[in-house]
Amino acid sequence: MVLSFLVFVPLVTAIVILLCRSAGQVRLAALTGSLLQLGLTAFLLLAYTNERQAGNTDQMLFQYRTIWFAPLNIQYHVGVDGISVAMILLTAFIVLAGVLVSWKIENLTKEFFFLLLLLSAGAYGFFISLDLFVLFFFLEIAVIPKYLLIGIWGSGRKEYSATKLALMLMGGSALVFVGILGVYYYNGSQTFDMLELSKSHIPVAIQHFFFPFLFLGFGVFGALFPFHTWVPDGHSSAPTSASMFLAGISMKLGGYGCLRVATYLMPEGAHEYQSIIILLAAIAILYGAFATMMQTDLKYINAYSSVSHCGFVLLGIGMLTQTAIIGAVMQMVSHGLMTALFFAAIGMLYERTHTRAIEKMGGILKLTPFIGTVFFIAGLCSLGLPGFSGFAAEMTVFMGAWQNTEIWYRIATIAACASIVVTAVYILRALGKVMMGPVLDEQHADITDAGWNEKFATVLLIVAIVFIGIAPIFLQHLITPGAEAIMQNVSRAGF
Amino acid sequence: MSASIIALIPLVPLASFLLLGLFGRKYLSAISGWIGTLSLMFSAGLSLVTAYNYFFVSGKVNGVYQQITLAKFTWLAFSPEVSIDMGLFLDPISMMMIVIVTFISLMVHIYSLGYMKGEERFATYYAFLSLFTFSMLGLVLSCNIFQIYMFWELVGVSSYLLISFYFDRPSAVAASKKAFIVTRFADLGFLIGILILAFGAHTLDFKTLIEKLTTATPELHGMISSSFLGLSALTWGLLLVFAGGAGKSAMFPLHIWLPDAMEGPTPVSALIHAATMVVAGVYLVARLFPVFVMSCPGALQVVAYVGIFSSLFAAVIACTQTDIKRVLAYSTMSQIGYMMFALGVSGYSGEGGLGFTASMFHLFTHAMFKALLFLGAGSVIHYVHSNEMKDMGGLRKYMPVTHITFLIACLAIAGVPPFSGFFSKEEILTAAYHSNKAIYMIALFTAGLTAFYMFRLYFSIFWNKEYHAHDESTDAHHGEAPWTMKLPLLLLSILAFAAGFVPFGQFVSSDGHPLASEFHLALAIPPVVIGLLGIILALVMYRGQNNLSEKVSGLFSYLYQAAYRKFYIDEIYLFITRKVIFNLIAVPSAWVDKNLVDGAVNLSASMTGETSELIKGWQSGKMQQYAIWFFAGVIGLVIMFVCMWY
Amino acid sequence: MIGVPLTHILFLSTALFFIGVFGFLTRRNMITMLMSAELMLNSVNINFIAFNKYLFGHQLDGVFFTLFLIAIAAAEAAVAIAIIINIYRNYQSIDIDDADTLKF
Repeated sequence: MVLSFLVFVPLVTAIVILLCRSAGQVRLAALTGSLLQLGLTAFLLLAYTNERQAGNTDQMLFQYRTIWFAPLNIQYHVGVDGISVAMILLTAFIVLAGVLVSWKIENLTKEFFFLLLLLSAGAYGFFISLDLFVLFFFLEIAVIPKYLLIGIWGSGRKEYSATKLALMLMGGSALVFVGILGVYYYNGSQTFDMLELSKSHIPVAIQHFFFPFLFLGFGVFGALFPFHTWVPDGHSSAPTSASMFLAGISMKLGGYGCLRVATYLMPEGAHEYQSIIILLAAIAILYGAFATMMQTDLKYINAYSSVSHCGFVLLGIGMLTQTAIIGAVMQMVSHGLMTALFFAAIGMLYERTHTRAIEKMGGILKLTPFIGTVFFIAGLCSLGLPGFSGFAAEMTVFMGAWQNTEIWYRIATIAACASIVVTAVYILRALGKVMMGPVLDEQHADITDAGWNEKFATVLLIVAIVFIGIAPIFLQHLITPGAEAIMQNVSRAGF
Repeated sequence: MSASIIALIPLVPLASFLLLGLFGRKYLSAISGWIGTLSLMFSAGLSLVTAYNYFFVSGKVNGVYQQITLAKFTWLAFSPEVSIDMGLFLDPISMMMIVIVTFISLMVHIYSLGYMKGEERFATYYAFLSLFTFSMLGLVLSCNIFQIYMFWELVGVSSYLLISFYFDRPSAVAASKKAFIVTRFADLGFLIGILILAFGAHTLDFKTLIEKLTTATPELHGMISSSFLGLSALTWGLLLVFAGGAGKSAMFPLHIWLPDAMEGPTPVSALIHAATMVVAGVYLVARLFPVFVMSCPGALQVVAYVGIFSSLFAAVIACTQTDIKRVLAYSTMSQIGYMMFALGVSGYSGEGGLGFTASMFHLFTHAMFKALLFLGAGSVIHYVHSNEMKDMGGLRKYMPVTHITFLIACLAIAGVPPFSGFFSKEEILTAAYHSNKAIYMIALFTAGLTAFYMFRLYFSIFWNKEYHAHDESTDAHHGEAPWTMKLPLLLLSILAFAAGFVPFGQFVSSDGHPLASEFHLALAIPPVVIGLLGIILALVMYRGQNNLSEKVSGLFSYLYQAAYRKFYIDEIYLFITRKVIFNLIAVPSAWVDKNLVDGAVNLSASMTGETSELIKGWQSGKMQQYAIWFFAGVIGLVIMFVCMWY
Repeated sequence: MIGVPLTHILFLSTALFFIGVFGFLTRRNMITMLMSAELMLNSVNINFIAFNKYLFGHQLDGVFFTLFLIAIAAAEAAVAIAIIINIYRNYQSIDIDDADTLKF
């Protein structure tokens, strides 16, 4: 399995898209590319599980290493463990669904799909890289196209949102870069290689100094309170597929970075700042949920609920127990799929009703049963119904968090648990207002149900959500070795 | 019985749900009702066979019915000890429950064939019914406390979906939301309780949990000795789990969702909000009963007092309500209160364990007669097209089958011998008498109230005034009801009459040893007498048209008003949620986000802008100004260097 | 020639330079400013020649640089006059203050 294909396929697809003549060709190319990519990731999963079953206990599989810039010891070094495989699968699902729901983009079709695939290439690169510099490189690739996607194809205050998002994420990556440099210069051997770094011992004082840079930097991506404010504006102004991408993958870049880079490489730093992380995560969970209750725009509702749900990821990481970390990764996967589904449903609705204000809609379930059902599934998954992925992930986080016996952390866990009630309140409010009740707007009477592309996209996501919800053990098994490796580092740090 | 066959009991309804949910609306609309009904017939038959095998073929080992766990597989593992192992747990109470659930569900399925005929979302309705049945069966067969929590949520959501079945009615939407959120709030307690118990006892498995927490193990010691806010971890865990049960079982003060839940179709109310789902809380306490009674009697006391209070409270409200389904809803709450306090006053073994057996017995009989009452009410509503008592009266001539079956159910719930309710109530009262006299007295009074409000309902519907169809074009011509609706009524009325003769103590008891039910005449007389008094009072007041009821309500006008308004609990909740939580938490959070967090970002942007506005004047575009600055700079540098060198 | 000391020549070039600076800063006409700039360049040329002659008589580096500078000055004049002509075409003026759009 050559991991670099994961980056090449989207890049080649993007270039092919540039060479296409008509919008039809562009769509076809994008669809083929993302289908191919999904196949490739499925093959990766297969190859990965085969290797593991064959008894390969290396921490990272399918490694490939070549010198990129010798004077600074920058290497193009890639490899995957279960956590990366899970994230890569998530990306493949969301990109395919995103391509499908943006089927009808008329304006600058070629550029739109080009940027979308460029973004996905950045995300794949980020998840496979084992060299901090390469990781940073791909992180940046995954930021810039968002600015254009929102600025050009967005709606509402799109210029404001695009600028805000790009600036805040750039600020985050600046912090990340400072942190990376700190790690690079003080580990003793001047290397960017994560595997070597994890074995070398970074002095405790350095960890205490540089950990906040890395964690906050990635935290901006992962909607860490109070740096989450790009999320609502960015998500609500973005076009549907960009919202899906933003919430489904971009926010996961942050969580993944917090886990893989910050916590893994600087466990003592993580331990030092544990209480602050947990506090911020608990605040984000509850505060995001309560702020959601006040929103009237569907996209804002989902965006704020994303803040709340991503809080679980950070809570899981902050608790520093193996189960909680597994739960955090599961929550990343689950939230990615679920929020993408939700945004897809909102986008479909918006295309038809031309509004996202919940008070202007009503009785949609009667008019478009398919979209209504999708909406219900997304909503019920979001409020953590068993049988959907959200439940398994959240419960794993709670269970893992409870393993941390410190009484204050348990109180934070209880506070986080309380969000399941608040989540139910705002989800049911949205469902009740939009989907149920009498049909409010006469003009909505002739709206059509989902087309084949939308059905394909949503069914794809729903299948993934339900599969994880019914049999979470597979995902858990996939993640466990990676989480164990991280925990080894954490416990070696004397925790 | 092999595990795979028993697993079919919940899985067949699941299959029916998937089939109807995915293809029902488009392709199977016409036969969806029969698909659902047939799958339930299969399940019900299978569960009867299973229960028969369990009680009579496998039988007892050492005089105790075995607790068997089948088809166990790991769903999620958190640590070597704590893992969610799904499986089927067979013991007397789960056997009893699967029989009740599948049987009542089957009755409701058949009844709905007639009741819901012609509905636009007929297939969806059956899909949801199947989903509920699956979840409820999963719940009662759970072998793991986390598994029960999962199915707990699933029954909650099926209840939500079914209450909001007529989703174009805003009141139904509001009721479904309320039901879900109130029970969700209770589930929060349940979840935290699970966390406490699971990590205190290092297991999630019921069997191991009960073993560890009832014998002297380090885990039990640890849970008793660690305390938080004055209560031990075990007490906290059990009380929080009970809070979850209280939410589902509509115990005070978490009962407010149940009356509103009557917005759903009436057969749904019969199935979910009378016979099965609402007793899940009782079932949960019964499941953990050994832990309650042996390790934490304090928590059991709470169960008893919450139960008896809810029972009385609901009975008082039920006397004043005019919507027949709401009367039944409050009566359900009252009867569940009976089951709860019966558990609360029970001991563990021998004669002391009578309360447990009585509670389960009452659960069993109550399921039969309450489902019958709801289905009867459903056929009355079907006929009259109204829920209000004032639109009814004198229906006995028009609906003979409904009339007789309803009467049987009323006699059963009022505890008139030899109807089933008499036996179970008598056992509960005996248990209460031996353990707590105050509870006994209140329970006795409640029994009188129960008889009164049930017969108030009965007389108001079937006697009182002559029936005049208020809309000639729709009424009185479609006959009483189709046979699909009458058949379940008849079957249930047979059971409501006969269920009391089951020697229940032989099968279900807290310690597994059979309990000989002794009949104490002295203790049986007071409830019967007080029940008859209630019936006679109702007869006098509501048999014919008179103004006695107005007089009585005028006599207790404050109490009457308060009870009619459900003691203002709804208003208190509305005040807390709308005014306090919304205004003190949600509004400020949104404000902080918009103004402080967002404001900080915008402030940094505007500060950058203003700074650049300040210094941009230097960039005037005048060549010669630049040149002057340039020369001045060069000269300044020269002077600086000269000064540095010398 | 021997009688003239280096300082005199340096005074000359300095004077020439500051005349150029003064002209550059005070004149508004671009052609005049260009001429002032040429004056400054020429004062530098004088310096190069003078230092070469007086301090490093056996070398020719200063002369080379002077030749370079003359060539560059010629090129610069050509470019500058082209720019000025273009500015004139746009603004109908060669007053430096009229061409101040190159700012924020």
